[in-house]
Amino acid sequence: MSDVHAQTVPFVRKSMLPEAEPPARQRGVPLWLRENLFSGWFNTILTILGAAAAIWLVASILPWMLRGVWNADSLRECRDIVIERYGEGVTGACWAMIRERWPQYIFGMYPQDIFWRPTLAFVLLLVAIAPVLYLSLPRKLLIFSALYPALAYWLLWGGTIWLPVMVLVGFALGWGALRLVLPRFGAIVATAVAVLVPVLWWGLLAGDAAQDLQGLVPLALRPVGSAAFGGFLLSFVLGVTGVSLSLPLGLLLSLGRRSDLPLIHYLCVGFIEFIRGVPLITLLFTASLLLNYFLPPNSDFDIILRVIIMVTLFAAAYIAEVIRGALAALPRGQYEAADALGLDYWKAQRLIILPQALKISIPGIVSTFIGLFKDTTLVVFIGLRDPLKGVTDMIRQTTAWKGIYWEPYIFVGALFFVICFSMSRYAMYLERKLERGH
Amino acid sequence: MKYSALFGALTVTGLAATGASAQSTLETVQDRGELVCGVNTGLTGFAEQGADNEWTGFDVALCKAVAAAVLGDASAVSYVPTTSTDRFDLLTSGRIDMLSRNTTWTYSRDVDLAMDFAGVNYYDGQGFMVRSDMGVGSATELDGATICIQSGTTTELNLADYFATNGMSFTAQSGETNAELEQAFLAGSCDAYTTDASGLAATRASFPNPDDYIILPEIISKEPLGPATRENDSDWTDIVAWTLNALIAAEELGVTSDNVEEMASADNENPEVRRLLGVEGDLGQMMGLDNDWAVNVISATGNYGEIFEEFLGESTPIGLARGLNAQWTDGGLLYAPPFR
Repeated sequence: MSDVHAQTVPFVRKSMLPEAEPPARQRGVPLWLRENLFSGWFNTILTILGAAAAIWLVASILPWMLRGVWNADSLRECRDIVIERYGEGVTGACWAMIRERWPQYIFGMYPQDIFWRPTLAFVLLLVAIAPVLYLSLPRKLLIFSALYPALAYWLLWGGTIWLPVMVLVGFALGWGALRLVLPRFGAIVATAVAVLVPVLWWGLLAGDAAQDLQGLVPLALRPVGSAAFGGFLLSFVLGVTGVSLSLPLGLLLSLGRRSDLPLIHYLCVGFIEFIRGVPLITLLFTASLLLNYFLPPNSDFDIILRVIIMVTLFAAAYIAEVIRGALAALPRGQYEAADALGLDYWKAQRLIILPQALKISIPGIVSTFIGLFKDTTLVVFIGLRDPLKGVTDMIRQTTAWKGIYWEPYIFVGALFFVICFSMSRYAMYLERKLERGH
Repeated sequence: MKYSALFGALTVTGLAATGASAQSTLETVQDRGELVCGVNTGLTGFAEQGADNEWTGFDVALCKAVAAAVLGDASAVSYVPTTSTDRFDLLTSGRIDMLSRNTTWTYSRDVDLAMDFAGVNYYDGQGFMVRSDMGVGSATELDGATICIQSGTTTELNLADYFATNGMSFTAQSGETNAELEQAFLAGSCDAYTTDASGLAATRASFPNPDDYIILPEIISKEPLGPATRENDSDWTDIVAWTLNALIAAEELGVTSDNVEEMASADNENPEVRRLLGVEGDLGQMMGLDNDWAVNVISATGNYGEIFEEFLGESTPIGLARGLNAQWTDGGLLYAPPFR
């Protein structure tokens, strides 16, 4: 055919043109702008309005923040300094309050000479959760993670070290009983014994044993009462404990809700629906006020412990539903495959069902955790000093800082954002890592 | 942290075992070596927590005074922040020894709740603040106004009573805390802001331009604020009441924290000062305290006037005048019964 062309077409290109750059409108920044911001008249209007709003916001807030005063002893002094620097009628932020009071935002009323204890507990927390979060780390670190709760309790509340040690001994006893009884009397008896032995140990012997050991080997930190906890220390204690307890509990509840045994099924349904049907604040009021009527008079059931229980139950109900959704999303074939392999119920869950279900439910679980962490600020309503309002209101009522309004909210909001955003980024990392491409 | 539930349970059993005993409150406090005092979670001038976590303020000073009287050490106090809802429960259940939290002495609280009032340490009353450019000079001109008010307090009821008796109408703009209400008032979403007069003064002082606002002269309610103790605990109530009386009498008699040691010497000629400070007689022992209890109190906290000046008075940003809280000799209501 080429000879036909040679005769009929006046010019035929014999070599390829070199690749040229796309026209200016079709590449780089102009292309991106046109495709993303100005792709039609409607989007153009929206872009302009959005940009105007953003500029207006920054222009009205940023100067106020930048004019902020860092060195002052009272709000009045802050205002005087701003007026002196920028003239009459100009306002500026008063960051001096944050500078003076940040220890209370972080540690609450915790005694200042032993700030190293909560700080150390926090650093060790990072060490303890690292092997849980990053599977590439050596598995032996999990031993430290298991011991961490007792260590953190001792660091934060102080007292003798033997009490937490004796509680750990209770767990060891339970495990030992399980190993001893299981081969001889079967699963049901073994479970009962494994629960009963530690409970008896904690209830009857652990306290005395701790006291005796303290007498033999005195090893104690200055005790700090729960009333001293506040600020982000309180939020972390509630949040971390709530998260780590509610995940296993929620998992069991979701399995229970799908159980074929009517008793377990209805118990779980009842629990989940009750907890989800009641606002968290109601549960907190129950913990702080109503419980007093059921407890013996003069007993002092630690308020933080009560709140932890309520927060955990609340989060567990939501986690249970998130995981149940993931369980329902698994194809029936997966369950049948597990059965066909001859796996018993727990093995099937552990090896086939849950690894897939948990992966699906990561976004939902992390959302619940972020919500739980932010909900810890609700404890202000039962008289605990949460960072957002408890500590802020206390400081606002001092003669020096009365009248300050936005600065504490901005500070606490920024800290909450950093923490919650990190949680959400970790969840995305985990999703990418567990992606199997099917 | 996971297992702290269990530690808590252990602590509970431990604490439950100690239980209650038939000790008097005075003995309990002396055995403990510490006074447990219920205070406000935070109220400008009355109860404030500093950056070092230390409590100061007008109500806090009374806790310190009682601790100085009973234990000889004004710093031997454990402060329990109480809210307006849980303060009475904490007192009656025995978790605090006394309540010093700007609590209004009312009939129903005294008679119906299981508590006694040990006197009045501050005479307050509800007032109004308005912008001065509104041209309002009296609360009777507030007909039809929008009023910022904290929800769920007695101030709300007083306001309704006052407007009803004067045949006026108002729109209430309720808020949860004073901080929110102050912002609303500053932003101009209400015409007037109402709360106790001491609170109004503190709030006005915190505004960027205090001179743009005035506090109206009308006081529409009586709010005698005082310390409270458990009912039928007369010996303990006596101690709290007479500690307060000692502070008031000391001001009347000219005893201050500076000159108390000097006044307590044997050559003081005023017999009442001699009795108050334990130079003569044994008034302290009648209450089960040392005879120099009042010396401890006054050297630790100063007399009533000194405390007022330090936390509320005209040298502070709050700048309250003595008003009703002046000595009876100066036209106020402070009138300590004689020390005899």
